[in-house]
Amino acid sequence: MSHELFEQVFSSRYGNRYLDAASDKAVLKIGKNRIAFTSDAFVMSPRRVPGCSLGSLSVFGTVNDLLTCGAKPLYLSSSFVIEEGFLFDELDQIASDMASAAKRCKVEVVTGDTKVVERGKADGVYVVTSGIGSVAPGVNVSGSNARVHDKVIVTGNVGNHGVAVMIARGEFGLSSDVRSDCSPLSGLMLPLLSKFRRRIHALRDPTRGGLATVLNEMSIESGVAMEVDEKNIPIEPSVRAACDLLGMDPLYMACEGTMVLIVDKRIEKPVLRELRRRGARNATTIGAIARSPRGKVTMTTPIGGKRYLGMLRGMSLPRIC
Amino acid sequence: MVAAAFDDPKLIANLVSKIASLGVSDAQLMEVCGTHTVSLAKYGMRALLPPGVRIVSGPGCPVCVTSDSDLSQAFQVAETENVTMATFGDMMRVPVGGVSLLKLKARGCDVRTVYSPFDIFAMPSDRETVLFGVGFETTSPGVAAVLREAQRRNAKNLSVISCFKLIPPALRALLESRDARIDGLILPGHVSTIIGSYAYDFLVKEFNVPCVIAGFEPVDLMLSIYALLKMIKTRKPMLVNTYTRSVRADGNTDAIRIVGEYFAPVESEWRGLGVIPDSGLALRDEHSDLDARRRFDLKPIKVPEPAGCMCPEVLKGVALPTDCPLFSKECTPENPVGPCMVSSEGTCAAYHNYG
Repeated sequence: MSHELFEQVFSSRYGNRYLDAASDKAVLKIGKNRIAFTSDAFVMSPRRVPGCSLGSLSVFGTVNDLLTCGAKPLYLSSSFVIEEGFLFDELDQIASDMASAAKRCKVEVVTGDTKVVERGKADGVYVVTSGIGSVAPGVNVSGSNARVHDKVIVTGNVGNHGVAVMIARGEFGLSSDVRSDCSPLSGLMLPLLSKFRRRIHALRDPTRGGLATVLNEMSIESGVAMEVDEKNIPIEPSVRAACDLLGMDPLYMACEGTMVLIVDKRIEKPVLRELRRRGARNATTIGAIARSPRGKVTMTTPIGGKRYLGMLRGMSLPRIC
Repeated sequence: MVAAAFDDPKLIANLVSKIASLGVSDAQLMEVCGTHTVSLAKYGMRALLPPGVRIVSGPGCPVCVTSDSDLSQAFQVAETENVTMATFGDMMRVPVGGVSLLKLKARGCDVRTVYSPFDIFAMPSDRETVLFGVGFETTSPGVAAVLREAQRRNAKNLSVISCFKLIPPALRALLESRDARIDGLILPGHVSTIIGSYAYDFLVKEFNVPCVIAGFEPVDLMLSIYALLKMIKTRKPMLVNTYTRSVRADGNTDAIRIVGEYFAPVESEWRGLGVIPDSGLALRDEHSDLDARRRFDLKPIKVPEPAGCMCPEVLKGVALPTDCPLFSKECTPENPVGPCMVSSEGTCAAYHNYG
């Protein structure tokens, strides 16, 4: 839906080579430097779930987007649309969460804006952050860079954020100990980028649409096939259980602190060692790039069957029985 | 962890080799449950079966079998002044003549998705709240419990469009019609938990069809397929329950009782199968105040099937989704033409999503 909206409205009006390559990020050449530039709007409901708050997400989300460009995140802007009557204490808490998140990522919030709209014209508060970062020489990361025989690696468990939000909304009367994985990936990715540079081919954070969607995006953008092994995909038992109960699939649930890497097969083992050494204990290889069928992700199921892993379509709704 | 055993690759490999050693080279099995459809596709199980063993899907997806007439009645109610309409997940997106509940919601009608029917008690009490009641024997007991609770609370603003359906009469109609080749039936574990295994005795006695009541994990399904093929090979049809951890012979008697208090069997229209006697549930006369059809004076609405759509054939098991000229072309999960592509449990959606 959002992809169609983007193409029909925005791309058709002010499309250009940067916007059309990837709608939510751009790497710009300014003088001799390459600057990554991203922007994201955060509308979270509820605004606080176990492991994540609107404030921390609005910083980590943009920082992680910059990392997917292969950039070192540097400066952020933050703008607020606030509903009249929104509690000062909660706004203060959001700002405080943003401050500690920025400190943790070693970025500064250097500009921003605040608008207040009439009561009823917004749902509490919306936050928009943009960020810039610098891309080091030799780094060349893009969803279209996956090559045949590359390895596909994830840095940790998938599906936690989506399930934590779903449960926190309280619509299903479930309770669980699932925590969002919302966290910055700078500590993992920056050392990897400076060590392995152009041998890291693609990076993507599986937010909306989850792991399955970004695997499909990258196989389409690169014109390659992807083969993944479901039993190697790390999923917490409680995430799996909540999804089983509701008829949802954890592979389509959002992550906010997990990265998918496509790397040259020669650095697979060193990358995994490095990731695990830096605290990503569940980092693992989930698959590899193949030649055909192009643009498709084939998955070996835990029982040895095979099937296509498709994109998220529309919104996921719980099943009837 | 116990659950892990149900997708144990070693157990599966063992069953797969037992199935191969039976040497059945030509058999068509049918499952009649959306969750089975999804499990088979999601685990890629068909790829593990001998080439001549096919599994087709029958009328087991509640969204898919709901008739356009019932849907049109729901649209009519949703568009009525001062009504809040509640329904389950995928029902929102089923199109009839270009309209769906989701589109009506976008136009300003108050349509809400519920997970539990009890959620309707949280809806505005100054509006008429109407539950679009769709589902099989698994869903109707929960709704009956809601109706009892509504009466206890003396809530006068609640009613139901009852489109609940019953599986055994549909299986009878399917077997009597002889439209689809059915060498064995994989029976739905959830429905069977409610109605009990006795409810299927007629399948073997009258139609001589091997039947297995199956759970939903890969080992459950593979074991059930093995049991069916063994009966097919030995020509000894029986009713076998491989889902004994959930299904008893007499079912869930509390659930059966409360459904009987509020609902009575009536003839019902199924997409693909037509009108089948005693295959639906209508509110009993003594509870007519809870019946949205009477409250809003709804009449059956005649709607032509969309041109080219083969959902009716798919639901009978006489065509595969890939046989349909619209499949994955005009008809996709984003822009579905027929309901089998809408529901995540629909056969067409399963084929489209899992390949």
